[in-house]
Parts: sequence; structure tokens; C-alpha cells
Amino acid sequence: MPTKLDLLPGTLDVMVLQTLATLGSLHGYGIARRIEQISGDQVLLNQGTIYASLVRLQQRGWISAGWGISENNRRAKFYSITKRGRHQLAADAAYWQRLAHVMGSVLALSPGENR
Amino acid sequence: MREMFARIASFFRAEKMDQDLDAELASHLEMAVDENIRSGMSPKDARRKALAKFGSIEPARELHREARGLPALDTLLQDLRYTFRALRRDAGFTTFAILIVGLGIGASSTVFSVVNALLLRPLPFRDPGQLVWFVNHNESNGLSGQTVQVGHLLDMREQNKSFSGLAAYMAFYGVGDNKLTGQGEPERLTSVPVTENFFPLMGVQPQLGRQFTAEECKWNGPKAVLLSHGLWVRRFASDPGIVGRALTLDETPVTVVGVMPASFDFGSIFAPGTRIDLYSPFPLSPETNRWGNTIAIIGRLKPGVAIQAAQAEFSVLSEQLTKAHPRDRNELDAKLSPLAEHVGGRLRPALLVLSCAVGVVMLIVCANISNLLLARTATRQKEIAVRIALGAGRPRLIRQMLTESVVLSCCGAALGVLLAVGGTRALAHLDAFSIPLLQNVRTDASVLAFTLFVAVLTGLLFGLVPALQVPAVALHDALKDTSRGSTEGKRRSWTRDSLVVSEIAFACVLLVGAGLLMRSFLRVLDVNLGFQPERAATLRVDPSGRNLTQAQQNAYFDEVLRRTRDIPGISAAGLTDALPLGRNRSWGAPAKGQVYAKGEYPIAFVRIVSDGYVKALGIPLIAGRDLSERDTPTTESVIVINETMARRLFPGQDAIGKMVVACNDNGRRVVGVVGDVRHLALEQGAGSEMYLPIRQCNDWSSVELVVRTTLPPAELAAAVRAALKPVDPNLAANEFRTVQQLVDKAVSPRRFVVMLLGGFAVFALILASLGIYAVISYSVSQRTQEIGIRMALGATAGDLQSSIIKQTLSLAAVGMLLGVAASWALARSLSGLLFGITATDPVTFAGMLVVLTTVAALAGYLPARRASRIDPMIALRSS
Repeated sequence: MPTKLDLLPGTLDVMVLQTLATLGSLHGYGIARRIEQISGDQVLLNQGTIYASLVRLQQRGWISAGWGISENNRRAKFYSITKRGRHQLAADAAYWQRLAHVMGSVLALSPGENR
Repeated sequence: MREMFARIASFFRAEKMDQDLDAELASHLEMAVDENIRSGMSPKDARRKALAKFGSIEPARELHREARGLPALDTLLQDLRYTFRALRRDAGFTTFAILIVGLGIGASSTVFSVVNALLLRPLPFRDPGQLVWFVNHNESNGLSGQTVQVGHLLDMREQNKSFSGLAAYMAFYGVGDNKLTGQGEPERLTSVPVTENFFPLMGVQPQLGRQFTAEECKWNGPKAVLLSHGLWVRRFASDPGIVGRALTLDETPVTVVGVMPASFDFGSIFAPGTRIDLYSPFPLSPETNRWGNTIAIIGRLKPGVAIQAAQAEFSVLSEQLTKAHPRDRNELDAKLSPLAEHVGGRLRPALLVLSCAVGVVMLIVCANISNLLLARTATRQKEIAVRIALGAGRPRLIRQMLTESVVLSCCGAALGVLLAVGGTRALAHLDAFSIPLLQNVRTDASVLAFTLFVAVLTGLLFGLVPALQVPAVALHDALKDTSRGSTEGKRRSWTRDSLVVSEIAFACVLLVGAGLLMRSFLRVLDVNLGFQPERAATLRVDPSGRNLTQAQQNAYFDEVLRRTRDIPGISAAGLTDALPLGRNRSWGAPAKGQVYAKGEYPIAFVRIVSDGYVKALGIPLIAGRDLSERDTPTTESVIVINETMARRLFPGQDAIGKMVVACNDNGRRVVGVVGDVRHLALEQGAGSEMYLPIRQCNDWSSVELVVRTTLPPAELAAAVRAALKPVDPNLAANEFRTVQQLVDKAVSPRRFVVMLLGGFAVFALILASLGIYAVISYSVSQRTQEIGIRMALGATAGDLQSSIIKQTLSLAAVGMLLGVAASWALARSLSGLLFGITATDPVTFAGMLVVLTTVAALAGYLPARRASRIDPMIALRSS
């Protein structure tokens, strides 16, 4: 079994934002599960670390939070993305796409190829 | 920005947020368990799996805290809590460290507050940078040489382009010249006559009432005075209705037109050590012009004009004015300097020395505490090792150590501030010290800021060396090393030794500095004053009543002297218009008939005295006779001169019988020659001095009775007052001064510096000896086993003692070697403050070496004696 991917710094925040942007209001557990599912369990995620990310995003005003009741009747804290969060997500997404593109091009260079 | 606020907010709501997080985590796990159960796991497996997926809970919490709060502050608080625990545990060390840091910082802050008041803080006037002080010729010439004639002031005002205004005060005001009668006890007050524009130019407003009007500033204008704040409070109980009232000054009614504010203290700026009670208007008129050089000038530069440019203008102007008035005016040679320089400048070298000294004291304090901390680190090795084992990084440990030392120094600073407040209060009340602005010395915001800065700096400084030693403690060794017998690291003992050596070297520098100044001070006190201040006392006895004829005055003088001399216990009495080390003035005094080249015209200090003055003050009569009560207007005009004057006017001849022109144009016969008197300052030799008989020359402005007596001062005052009652029932009660007080006041700035520097040197010596003691006794306690073995092998107590003392002295010797070299280099900068000795005074250096060696030997002897009493059996078994 290949080892799981370590998360680069800053990536978890983007994942959380994207999850909330697509799924609307969600609790911490739901977010964590969703990220695991999307990444096809390739990411090494200690679910506990997600809460540091959540509080950070909250303090920056990109997401908001409130206690509510889950689908299984459990009390849980629900998070949803704010307007500023969507702006931030757009910027971050563009950045990561550019980076991924550049990385892809660089790694596509095969030996002997000249430009 | 928003995040920062959120972080600060969560820092203060940490508990609430932790609870919130815990609830959230719990619900997270429940949901995970629920889901796992739904997918068919047993409840036990479901929980295990959920926990595994979640990761460890504590790091998650920690991450959460770091993400939301202020991690740096959290650690700091932790460090502080830990520090306070550690310091409380070591109460003895903590107390000692706080005490010496407190003393050091107290001294630094006190010196800083003096420097701040005298040199840094601007003078309490409007735009003080524009104010300029005028000196005629130069400052070493006595007041007559420094002051300017009224006519010159008026012309300079007209013709100059550099100044927006020139104001002046009359420099020959006398202490206690004005007698206040009418309400309560008669009292002598001191009044300064100032020009109409004096207060406006300085930018000072009366607190009550108004300033002088043009009318009041005319010759024989309406009599008006402004009260000083001090007099108003003291004599008139801060009566707000005082303005407009009439006082009786010198038996003349004078109207109070206002009260000056407390912030304006003429004495502390222009006449340090003098209490000024009143300000009166000084007319700039032909009459005052005829008085000759009388005024001291202060100018306000126009904005943008540099003092150099003004000086250039006034050099030319002085020459022109002098040329234009060859006969009716004295020479003018205006020298300009910033007023602040005139006020504080003279003390600058001394203050610089004090500042450096206090800096050195702080370095010694730092070295001392560094050493103690080092010893403490050594005993805390295990604790440190445990912390490393538990995962504390080196940076964290170093930070912890520095936190401890900064906390120590800040606690010390708190004590230091208390000491500084006390110190500055004490200094501000040194009324008798003729040091300018001393009353303004206080612990203000800038002093507190300085203290905080010094506290943090010293904390870091003395914490640095022990903190850097931390990584050197090998974890493995420290945990394993359980015996005290193993020799401590070479490096640490080297650090310790060099700290002690530097302490000794610093103490050496301070001792030399203090020693040199102390010796100078003693030399100054030892100076042959030319008079004997012991057992001489003086009292103002100006004749009351205006417009007395010379005959009436003479009758009054005869009566005062006769009655005083009749008092049992008084061996001599005389009158004078000028006491030594006080006011002085000089007149031209040529030998009759002699023609002098330009610039060589003889000038002499003037004293107008009665018979008996010379004897009462203890001035030796060298040749001829003293003045006598028969030297009156009807007999021949006579004069007594001092040796210098006799030598200058009549070189190689007998002065007795020669003629000198002074006080009248026909010449006076020299009847006596007396010894020189140090009239200007103790450090300054006398110039020509002449004594004119008070019964022949009434150009005096005050009369002091001088008596030589065996009576104690209090008894004397009562006796004299009783004896003079019939002659002058209104004799003022205050101001019976001993001549010794005059001398003390003259040396007070020097005494001030010596006092402070001596205190620092003693403190430094104590610290250095404690430092030596600490190091030696530490090394003895580390070597208990070794000593035990030596004794078991037959070393005697004497051998051990001498080897330990030798170790001490070799440390001291290295320190003293460095210290002597440094002092040798630095002492030169003191030369301006020295008197009668050179900067390399061998007595001082030798004395310092003896003192330090003795102290070092003593500091080494105590641990040595302890070592020699070690019982070898116990020592060997001790591990």
C-alpha cells in the first residue's frame, strides 16, 4: 500500500473552504469525512487537526459557526462559508491551479528534451 | 488586523473556548462511532476505530490553541509562572539579587534624574534654546569683570540685529539686602532687580497680579515688587489678596503687584543655593549707568539666527561701543553662550564622571549576579536535564533563563525606583548646595522609562552568560552525575573567574576615580584660605533709617562695635560690606602718580571694612597696622592692601606709606599689608585686594558684623541681639551665619560629586568582595572531597588556607592589573575636576591597591578557614 500524502501547509484550509462552498453548512466531522472521501483516502488526515484549521478560518472571518442539531440528532457545531470566504477561496483556488499546472509542466520535462 | 483582535479575544476567553472545543470534539467522536456502528461494527470496535481516525486528542487541542490564541504570550506566562516558583524556592538568592540590583538601579536612576534635570531637560522658559547668556570679558574675573554697564545695554538693544530682545538683572543684589518690617518678626529678604522686559523675554507670567509697568521701571518711579512663590507661601500663607497690598521694605512702603509661579525659581538657575524672595524693577537710566558694571544680560535670539553669527556681530559691536565711550563707560567685550550651557555646563564634566561611575557600578552588579546565577545553574543541572528530557528545546530553556533574569532585574528595578524617589527627594532638598536646578530633580516619566530600559538591559546582560551555559550541560552527564566530588567543567570555572576578575577591575577603576576626587576635595579643604572660618560668625547690621550722614553712620558703627565687643566670649568684632566667597566687586586701584600701559591698569577687589574685621576673620596682618576707629573723614585717608596688591603696585619696595587711588581721587596712604584671602573660590588664588575704612568711604550696600567667639551659635545670636537692641530694635532675627557655612557652600558642588562617587565606590567594593567570596566559597564547596583527601594525606590546615588565599589573591591580582591599566587611561579624563594632585597620583593608586588586596584577602580567608576545618573523614564519606 502506498504511503498516504502528507498535507502541504495551507492545503487543508483550502479543502475546508471548498467543501463548505459546495456542501453548504456542515459540522467538523462531516467536513473531515468529506475530505477523506473526495481524496479517495489518499490524504493522511488526523481528523483532530481539522479543528485548528476551522478556528483559524473562523477568526479570519472566512467561515462562520453556530451550534445546531445533526441529521442523527446529535448536537454539533455547524460551519458555513462567508462572502469573504468565497473571495478567498477563489483566490486560493486560482493559486493552487497555477501551481499545479506549473508543477505538472516542470515534471513533464523528459531527459534530453531541449527548449 | 481582524485576526489579531480575534486572537487577543480568544486569549482572554481561553477557558470558554476550550470547553467549546471539547464539546465539539466529543460530538465529533459520537458521530464517528454512530457511523461505524451503522456500517456494522461492534460498539467497542467502532469507538476504537473512531479514536484512531481522529488521532491523539491532546495535540489537536494544542494545535487549536496555537491557531486561535497568542502562543508567544502563552509561553511567556508559563515561563513567568515557572520563574516565580523557582525564585520563591530560592528565597535567599532572590532577595540578595533583588537587593543589589535595586541598589544599582536606584543609584543609576538617581544620577539619571540629576543629569536629566541639569543637562537634558530644557530650562523652564519659553523656547529656552533661543536664550543667550552674556559675559563681559570672562567668567573668572569676579562680578565686576563679568557684568555690563547700563549704557552699553541700551546701545546694544538699539544697534543689534541678532536678538529679538535683551533683558538684564542687577547682579550686585545682596543676599538679605531688604529688611521687611511691619508684620511679624522683622526679616531680611533677598531681592533681585530686573529690567522691565525680563519676565516677558523669559516667557514667564506672574501667577497672580501683573508684571512691572514702564512707569515703575523709571528712576524714582512708584515702588513695586513681585513676590517669589516661596515667600508668598511662607510669609503670607498663600494669601490670594496680597496683590495691591503695601509692604514695608527698608522702612519704605512698597506695593506688591504680583506673585511669580513656583515653576520660576530665579535662584536655582542664576544663583544656585540662594533663596530669592522678591523681584523689583531695575531702571535703565543715567543714574544706574553711573554705577558702572552692574548688570547681567540675557538675550533672546531672533528665530533662525545662530549664536555664532550673533557672537560675530557682538564682537564688532563691543569694539565700536568701547571706542565710542572711552571715558564715560567701562570696556565692553560681550561673550555669548547658550543660557543652558551657562547654567548646567560647569557641572557637565562632573555629571559625566558620575554617569560613567554608575554605569560601572551596574556592570559590577551584572557580573556579580551572573556569577550567582552560574552557581545556581550548576546546582539546577538536574532540573534542567529533566526539562530537556521532557522535550524542552534549548531555545526554550535559554528563554526561560533570560525570563528569570529579567524578572529578577525588574523586581530590583521596582526597589530601585523607590530608592530613586527617596534619593531625588533628598537631593532636591539640598538647599545649601550651590548646584543649579537641583530643586527640579525628580523622578518623572523619563526617569521611569530610563529605569525600565536599564532593568531589561541589565536583566539580559547578567542573564546571558548563565543562559548560554545551558546547552553546555550535557543531558546524559547531568543525570548520571550524582557526586559533588567530580571536578566541574573547565569552561564554567573559567567564566566564573573572568567575571570576578572583571568585577575587581571595575571596582578598581571606581576606587581610583573616587580616591582622586576625594584627595582633591581634601586638598581643597586644606587650602590656606587666608582667613580662619572656625569660630567666626556674621550678622547683617545695616544701619536703619535713610539718609544718615557719614557722622551719624559712624556713630552707629562705633556703638555696634563697642556693644558687641563688650559681650563676654567675643574676642574680636568688625564690620565689612563683603564676606569671603560671596559677593565681590573690583575697582581700578593704581598707585598714585603712576602711568600704566593699556591693559595693565591695576584692578583690585574692594572690601569696605571697619577696624577689627581683619582680626575677627583671622586674616594675618603682615606689616603696618589695622584700620582704626580714628580713621574718619576728618583724618588722613588710609587703606590696607593685601600682599599681592603690595607686590603688584610696589614691586620690590615697602608698601607702607605709599599712596593708592581708590574711592576718592586724592589718594590714600597705605597703613597696613595683610595676607591674601581666597575670596572668589577655594580653588582660585587671590588677586589684588584692598580694605577701605568704612568710616571714610560709604560706597557700601550692606554691612555685616563679623565676630570671633567661643560661644555656640545659638547663644551668640541671642547675646548679640540683646546687646544691639538699644541701637537697633528692629534687628532681623534670621541670618546669623557661621563663616564655616560660607566655606561649606563654596565647596558644596565638589562635596556633592565626592559624596556620590564615594558611595558608588564603596558599593562597588562591597559587591566585588562578595563576588570574590562567592566564587572562592563555591570552589571550596565543590572541592570538599579533594580537600578531604589532601588532609587525609597529611596537608595541614595552614597549607590549605594559604593555597586558597593564594588562589584568591591571584584572581585579585589579575583584576587589579587590568583595573590599574584602565584607571591609568581613564583618570586623565578626570583632570578637570582634580585639584592639587595629578591624575596619576601615586598615593591614590597605592591606597586603592592596599584596600582591594586587603578586601580580597579577607573575602578569601573566610572560605579558606571553613575549608581548613573540614573533617577529612566526613568529607570522604560525603558522597
